[in-house]
Amino acid sequence: MRTIQVYDPPLCCSTGVCGTTIDPALLRFAVLLKELIQKGAKVERYNLSQQPMAFVQNAVVKALLDKEGVQVLPLTLLDGAVHLKGRYITATELDAFRETVMGNNAPTGS
Amino acid sequence: MSLPHFCPDPATAPRFLLFTGKGGVGKTSLSCATALKLAEAGKRVLLISTDPASNLDEVLETKLTALPTPIPGVLGLSALNINPIAAAAAYRARLIGPMRGLLPESALRSMEEQLSGSCTVEIAAFDEFSNFIGNSEAVKDFDHLIFDTAPTGHTLRLMGLAKAWDHFLSQNTNGASCLGPLAGLEKQRAVYEATVRTLADPLITQLILVSRPQSAALREAERTAQELRSVGVCNQRLVINGVFESSTPHDSIAQSMVLRSEAALKAFSPFINTMRSCILPLRSINILGLAGLRLLLDSHDATPAESVSRTDTHWVAPAFHSLQHLIAEMEKQGHGVIMTMGKGGVGKTTIAAAIAVLLAQRGHPVHLTTTDPAAHLADALAGEHQGLTLSRIDPAAETATYTREVLAAQESQLDDAGRSLLEEDLRSPCTEEIAVFRAFAREINRGENGFVVLDTAPTGHTLLLLDASEAYHRELERQSGSAQPQSVLRLMERLRDRDFTHILLVTLPEATPVHEAAALQEDLRRARIEPFAWIVNQSLLSSGSSNPLLQRRERLEHQYLREIIEKHSSRTAWLPWQAQEPVGVKALTQLAGSELRRDAALTQNAPTAL
Repeated sequence: MRTIQVYDPPLCCSTGVCGTTIDPALLRFAVLLKELIQKGAKVERYNLSQQPMAFVQNAVVKALLDKEGVQVLPLTLLDGAVHLKGRYITATELDAFRETVMGNNAPTGS
Repeated sequence: MSLPHFCPDPATAPRFLLFTGKGGVGKTSLSCATALKLAEAGKRVLLISTDPASNLDEVLETKLTALPTPIPGVLGLSALNINPIAAAAAYRARLIGPMRGLLPESALRSMEEQLSGSCTVEIAAFDEFSNFIGNSEAVKDFDHLIFDTAPTGHTLRLMGLAKAWDHFLSQNTNGASCLGPLAGLEKQRAVYEATVRTLADPLITQLILVSRPQSAALREAERTAQELRSVGVCNQRLVINGVFESSTPHDSIAQSMVLRSEAALKAFSPFINTMRSCILPLRSINILGLAGLRLLLDSHDATPAESVSRTDTHWVAPAFHSLQHLIAEMEKQGHGVIMTMGKGGVGKTTIAAAIAVLLAQRGHPVHLTTTDPAAHLADALAGEHQGLTLSRIDPAAETATYTREVLAAQESQLDDAGRSLLEEDLRSPCTEEIAVFRAFAREINRGENGFVVLDTAPTGHTLLLLDASEAYHRELERQSGSAQPQSVLRLMERLRDRDFTHILLVTLPEATPVHEAAALQEDLRRARIEPFAWIVNQSLLSSGSSNPLLQRRERLEHQYLREIIEKHSSRTAWLPWQAQEPVGVKALTQLAGSELRRDAALTQNAPTAL
């Protein structure tokens, strides 16, 4: 089982339903994370407008933010390494992501 | 009906006293007078306004902030304003300030933008409110906390929120909410729980419903009593403020005022008799400053018996428009939005109804609506609304509609898990803010195809709606190709279009309503919205009364009428005080046609040249 860390741009709530528009990708991702938590994955999720300190304390996230600005969010990290940058996972990537997290295959790059 | 005079007893007063009621009934005067009385009996008192358009500063003649400020001249009395917009700014500063230098500028800016929405504004204000009630450590230095609340609609929401958030937090299983990550919310929840408990404890909290001897104000007090009982606030009493007893039985206007008030009290006697009720007589002065406040609760009638001296002989009534005249100007476009705004109790609903009736009589398609959760348009029309359509923005109904729409729109891409997650977040109390805002945009949009006459809630609520509109406008400008409806995308543009939207600032010829309207005008101008005209309502000018109290009140109007004309308004309509409550088509039509008899005013006031 692997550790997922998500660094969201400023959000009102985890599905974004409180904002002006609902982003289907964000909703899809929130559902997937919930499923993965239930299956035992370790998920940490940070929201820039509520937990900004978490973005400073992670060296990888901080470096990317400094270099590329806030557009780099959302960031998805797997076992501490950047997996996805500037967007949430698409519908077609769902299964592959689920497999990567749950699967017994050795994590790439570690 | 013989009722005792309202006189708070320092020996028995509960720790928390909340004054609520329809706008303009005297919540601020009564809460200030009560605070003063308790402080002068040696108690340590903190007076708190939860109205975004607070009048505490003016009544106490002291500049207040978000922190307790001692009131000069009264040992033991401090006061503060909970201003939601300022509270949200402080909340942003607390969160973003420590991040400066640690996060890049673009990240700070985007935090700032996210934390400018209506949700943050509501939560920041609510947190301050609940902290004064539910956090005993924060208020340990005070014997009494007296709340001067915003007009009913806003207050019901504020008092219901403690329960709503407490419930939401106990049900929600997701990682986060608008309040922040759930893990960090335990302390908050304890405060909300304590707030709910405190409000419901009859030994420590008393709700004082303030009303006037008028049907609309009494009806609202009755509804509020029920609603607040249902959220657990049971220790309630009723104060009927401004009861007029005539000393001049032959003066026709004084007599009709007495009859009007007696009729209202009689109609609501079942309600009045079931409450612990008391009255306060109508005073001849505007209640401003400590001396005025002491007078308010004084059991001796301080009104001088003799007729007032004619000191103001150089005053001549200015030329005012009739409401009918304003309507003729506004109808030229053939469609658009007409909004009545101002302090509570100045007659926004009545005037909106009169405008709608006249436009419909002139053959226009007219829709009459309100953003005030406590307004009742059908009451103003006495059920006679041929040629008009009526609606109201009901927060609960709008939230249900919005929730349904969102779920339907996402239906195709949701499985059961997604659906339940979305439903859970939609139950957040913040959803109501968005739903109400979208309904407001929808109603404004109707002005494309006819006239929309929109009666707004009292100033404080309207300021928040405006703030939310601007925040959404900025957020939408950042998004490209937004899927939002046109009504939402074009809202600010329409409000700023002076041909499309006509804003009428309604006031009484008295200090606080005029100053509140003037402040609102400044806020509108900051948002690049220019009001069309001012309307002075319920004026006693040229009433011809020989009753000393009424003459004195009429005389007091002069300085405020002059202030309006000279400082605030370039187009002003005038409406006289009515012997009957102007309800129904006939009375409203007559009201709109009223003209100031300047001849009468001139003769009476022995004029010199204007």
